[in-house]
Amino acid sequence: MKQVQERARTRAVGESLIIQTAVRLMVPFIQLFGLYVIVHGHYSPGGGFQGGVILGASFILTAVAFDLQTSLKRFSERTNAIMGNAGVLLYTGVGLLCALLGGLFLDYSALVRIIPMDPVEWRSLGIFLVEVGVGLAVMSIMASLYWDLSSRGELDEGL
Amino acid sequence: MKALALLATLVTGAILLYGTQDFAAWGDPESPPNRHVSRYYITETVKETHVPNIVTAVVADYRGYDTMFETVVIYCAGLVVVSVLRRRES
Repeated sequence: MKQVQERARTRAVGESLIIQTAVRLMVPFIQLFGLYVIVHGHYSPGGGFQGGVILGASFILTAVAFDLQTSLKRFSERTNAIMGNAGVLLYTGVGLLCALLGGLFLDYSALVRIIPMDPVEWRSLGIFLVEVGVGLAVMSIMASLYWDLSSRGELDEGL
Repeated sequence: MKALALLATLVTGAILLYGTQDFAAWGDPESPPNRHVSRYYITETVKETHVPNIVTAVVADYRGYDTMFETVVIYCAGLVVVSVLRRRES
């Protein structure tokens, strides 16, 4: 790790206009694709884990192409922590809510007591809620792993 | 010490490889899981959850408890990296 950082510091790479412009154009589409993978998990390969990794990769790409500070300005550490915690809490919260409403833990059909709907439809919607939770958690963990590992936990300058 | 660790790794690996001999043949329709749960998932998933992608339904609904702790494992990994590495600027 130290060797890689040393090499990155001594080798005068500088900023590349081509890479930065390409990344600036690509990142919105990567994030859109990540959201698509999360919400389309019902119908095609994909789901929370895959979509979350794609979303996290878009933040890592910003940090690689620009620098860590630019990435943190777009998506602060605080927001990241809130979203990661919210994701895990959404998953466990939905499961707990099912148990509190008289069903089994993570049996989404028990949620008909909140909004009356076909229990089968609620199972489909419950899967969606849970996938969103997974996606949020995976996205923020991927981004924070890169930030901390690439800057030795100081978040001053990345690789 | 390193030789001991290598020996332990090799022995464990050999035991695990020996254990794979008892696995059902790949794609065998008569293996125990294929006769029991797989058939149930294939015939009942769309009726019970309205999700055409059976994999998603199994991962997030039938095996939701497992997926919940997978998420918690990833969360713990992130938490540990932050708590070990993160330095507050003085």
